Amino acid sequence: MATFDVPEDEAASSDHPGRAISGPGMAPTDVRDPNYFHKVVDCQWACPAHTPVPEYIRLIAQERYSDAYIVNWRSNVFPGILGRTCDRPCEPACRRGRVEAEPVAICRLKRVAADYKDDIEGRLPRAPEAPNGKRIALVGAGPASLTVARDLAPLGYELVLFDGEAKGGGMIRSQIPRFRLPESVIDEELGYIYGIGGIETRYGERVESLKGLLAEGFDAVFVGTGAPRGRDLDVPGRREAADNIHIGIDWLANVAFGHVDRIGERVIVLGGGNTAMDCCRTARRLGGKEVHVVVRSGFEEMKASPWEKEDAMHEGIPIHNFLTPKAFTHEAGRLTGVLFEKVAPQFDDNGRRRLVPTGEPDLHMPCDDVLVAIGQENAFPWIERDIGLDFDEWDMPKVDSTTHQSTLPGVFFGGDAAFGPKNIIWAVAHGHEAAISIDLHCRGEDISQRPPPLVNLASQKMGLHEWSYDNAISEDQRYQVPWRDQAITLNDVSAEVELGFDRDLAFRETQRCLNCDVQTVFTDSLCIECDACVDICPVDCITFTGNGPEMELRQRLNAPADNPEQDLYVSGELKTGRIMVKDEDICLHCGLCAERCPTGAWDMQKFLLDMAHATDQPACRR
Amino acid sequence: MTHIAKPRFRHPKLPVNALGFTRRDYEGAVSTLCAGCGHDSISGAIIQACFELDLPPHRLAKLSGIGCSSKTPTYFLGNSHGFNSVHGRMPSVLTGANLANRDLVYLGVSGDGDSASIGLGQFAHCLRRGVDMVYIVENNGVYGLTKGQFSATADQGAKDRRGGANPDAAVDLPSLALLMGATFVARSFSGDKAQLVPLIKAAMRHRGAAFIDCISPCVAFNNHAGSTKSFDFVREHNEAVNFLDVFTGRDEITADYEEGTVQEIVQHDGSVLRLKKLGADYDATDPVAALAYLQSHQTAGEVVTGLIHVKAAAEDLHARMETVEAPLSSLDEAELCPGADALAAINAALR
Ligand SMILES: Cc1cc2nc3c(=O)[nH]c(=O)nc-3n(C[C@H](O)[C@H](O)[C@H](O)COP(=O)(O)OP(=O)(O)OC[C@H]3O[C@@H](n4cnc5c(N)ncnc54)[C@H](O)[C@@H]3O)c2cc1C
Ligand SMILES: Cc1ncc(C[n+]2csc(CCOP(=O)(O)OP(=O)(O)O)c2C)c(N)n1
Ligand code: SF4
Ligand code: SF4
Ligand code: SF4
Ligand SMILES: [Mg+2]
Repeated sequence: MATFDVPEDEAASSDHPGRAISGPGMAPTDVRDPNYFHKVVDCQWACPAHTPVPEYIRLIAQERYSDAYIVNWRSNVFPGILGRTCDRPCEPACRRGRVEAEPVAICRLKRVAADYKDDIEGRLPRAPEAPNGKRIALVGAGPASLTVARDLAPLGYELVLFDGEAKGGGMIRSQIPRFRLPESVIDEELGYIYGIGGIETRYGERVESLKGLLAEGFDAVFVGTGAPRGRDLDVPGRREAADNIHIGIDWLANVAFGHVDRIGERVIVLGGGNTAMDCCRTARRLGGKEVHVVVRSGFEEMKASPWEKEDAMHEGIPIHNFLTPKAFTHEAGRLTGVLFEKVAPQFDDNGRRRLVPTGEPDLHMPCDDVLVAIGQENAFPWIERDIGLDFDEWDMPKVDSTTHQSTLPGVFFGGDAAFGPKNIIWAVAHGHEAAISIDLHCRGEDISQRPPPLVNLASQKMGLHEWSYDNAISEDQRYQVPWRDQAITLNDVSAEVELGFDRDLAFRETQRCLNCDVQTVFTDSLCIECDACVDICPVDCITFTGNGPEMELRQRLNAPADNPEQDLYVSGELKTGRIMVKDEDICLHCGLCAERCPTGAWDMQKFLLDMAHATDQPACRR
Repeated sequence: MTHIAKPRFRHPKLPVNALGFTRRDYEGAVSTLCAGCGHDSISGAIIQACFELDLPPHRLAKLSGIGCSSKTPTYFLGNSHGFNSVHGRMPSVLTGANLANRDLVYLGVSGDGDSASIGLGQFAHCLRRGVDMVYIVENNGVYGLTKGQFSATADQGAKDRRGGANPDAAVDLPSLALLMGATFVARSFSGDKAQLVPLIKAAMRHRGAAFIDCISPCVAFNNHAGSTKSFDFVREHNEAVNFLDVFTGRDEITADYEEGTVQEIVQHDGSVLRLKKLGADYDATDPVAALAYLQSHQTAGEVVTGLIHVKAAAEDLHARMETVEAPLSSLDEAELCPGADALAAINAALR
């Protein structure tokens, strides 16, 4: 042994990293498991469709907007739409947010790819001349069904897309206000899907019976009908004042389709989700001068995304919390306001929160109109309950979370219809999985055998200290997307509020991305334990120390590794008997460890993971 | 060297010291040395030691000669004073600086070529004089900067990269330092921060001449089989005499040890050096025994490391010369030049 002997008590001391400790240690990390490095790419891991985010951000930095668009299009089908509206689970996950104040503006960079791309239609797949003879019915033309159509059309499937509305898009078209998403973007991206060929749209045709549809002899049916029913609020006065009380999602649809273009001057929006935020901002544009949002919960617990709340408040819309609606007040059949009971949170022994009345006098808020945005529900009145398709105790269809198949073979569910209301990117992810299942089903194969993702790991080394990625770390703060003047936006419900990044701002924002997909790959047999990587690492990720159980090891690294969500990268035993431990948590992927390593034990390797899509399955399997 | 600046982002949980600084506040410019050079690890250890000692960076001066090792002060303590002198002349510049301003902490950084070849005379004399400083030789057995010729510390028989053996006897700097009366003598290894950092801390808290010989492999010219200054050789032949814990005023002195297993030494400033004995019963306060131990173990092919010798109640150059308490640099002209009458009086007294 090369290190000197240390007495027992010293050996276990955390003050002296590098001394072996007794007890079971961690096994070396197996980086061949695709999940290991995938998890390090926080944004891609968090994205339901697993979009290779850093890959497209680098393409934008290189002004390769069309390529960036295609990378997105393959993964998430609606880059222009999502670049404006995505719920962006990637951003709270983004590593940058653990290193400084704010994550990379991943979502708005997606829009940049869509805004500045060239004509990409020639690069999109086309349906083969000869169809494969299989017909699939897609019920509801929201993002879930459209994704299934996009994935299956290039394989020669004939897809029949039904929707009760006159146009496709589902809630993307009927709910999301135009000031967040111009209709032209919807038309463009739906056009790319229709352009593949093999897709028949039967719009304006509501499916009234699944039994009837099955009788038409489809090879498979996909149900993407969403969660179309807005929850109502049954308190005294509801019926009497009905003329001025509107269900949020119905009202938004009426605005989107041009049936409603005015609202009273004083408006109360009930509810704290994103629908409530869209309702209040829309009301503000249709004549609402005093628009108030009222929520039962606390401000922090509201379901709406933080940026949606900010946008609403920025438009002069106050949000009141801890108020429970008790009654609608009315006079001569006309709504006069809402009566609220004041509540406060109380926690029971299990830490569960209950809202209890404070006993203070009730609060009456006068208003002309109320928009009820307190939730959405699924409804399947058109699915017969005696055809072998089982529903659970909450009257939701029983759907397999991997294959998306119901208990009736050949009938699949996705999007909000499958597991309750979510968002567009989840609908897309479901659509991809369902398309794989439908393809397997139609080929008579086992739908539980899922095709693995395509994984590639390639060294980025170009020269002694040169990498094929830009490893310098920008210290810039997050850039704000420029906004259109409020004097215009508050008077025109279809004037888009966000203008999008210009090319220069976009470039600067791309530089904030840490390239988390360029992985630090360690080869134990090459390491001479010279400490060069430890000394250079700006964020103290790397430690050479004795092995030990994970939780104990985490506490005695050069900097504490107290984010258990992030893995420790552990090497095999080195010459001195120690191991290399790297805390992945806040690694900047700056490559300095690899630059300072004299033996190439550290290398920076780009990890590219492409999820399997039905479209990419080998032709021989068709 | 690297092409990018070291990012300023740091670990959000990075500890701060009594001055509110993190370890990273003691860094310097990004190193231009070869990747993996032992010298960079020593810089890392110096940074760690200064951080742990809560040293105000502007109260420290780093001085060096010429060589890869002597370049390193640029790569640590970016907010301290620095002087990059001529080859082998760091000790005299440091002595002068120390005379002029006794209030700073002096850190001399040198190489084996800088100190044992061209600068051997200066090395010996500044230790003799007891200049209050920490003198670190980053010892790789070669002239790294001029492409790897053997230096005066290369062991007889050690092989160069082409297999040629060194015919000459080696200068053993710790032995020489003991002979010169240095009051703090240690040896360590760049690849062992757990040993090196406490040694640097103790040396900085020592009054008098503190010398650390730190073996520091040159990955470019002296890290092959046959070298006696390679990572592998040093790890295989390392014979530590003790393990040091340093307790400064702020730290709580913890844990009791069995009689005879530890030696505690209180330095003039109250800092406590707790030496845990390893193996043989080694007494770091006895310079004669230390010299004998060094000689016999080195003959046996071992690399002796640890705190080899310390004299707690040491005095320094200023004490010996009875200079004023105030730094000379703080005195004004009238105080420094008392005038012709005073000179005449001194001359008269000497007649
Ligand atoms: C106000 C509001 C704002 C939102 N904003 C966002 C946002 O910014 N970002 C985001 O990611 N998500 C947002 N969402 C959620 C998002 O719109 C949905 O999660 C998503 O559209 C669900 O897609 P889907 O494919 O499951 O079905 P849907 O988009 O709900 O589409 C279902 C379609 O099926 C049709 N249909 C239903 N039943 C039948 C039938 N029997 N026969 C024929 N057709 C039928 C409907 O007409 C509809 O067109 C918002 C939702 C609302 C209500
Ligand atoms: C007066 C003088 N003589 C010779 C040289 C050439 N020279 C530059 S560095 C060096 C040796 C440095 O060796 P060392 O101190 O061991 O430093 P290392 O590079 O190994 O860290 C020599 C001989 C010089 N710069 N100046
Ligand atoms: S820094 Fe870039 S790669 Fe890393 S999580 Fe954020 S967007 Fe993704
Ligand atoms: S890439 Fe290497 S040096 Fe850079 S932060 Fe990650 S572990 Fe540290
Ligand atoms: S030549 Fe040797 S001593 Fe100089 S920087 Fe390179 S490895 Fe270090
Ligand atoms: Mg040298």
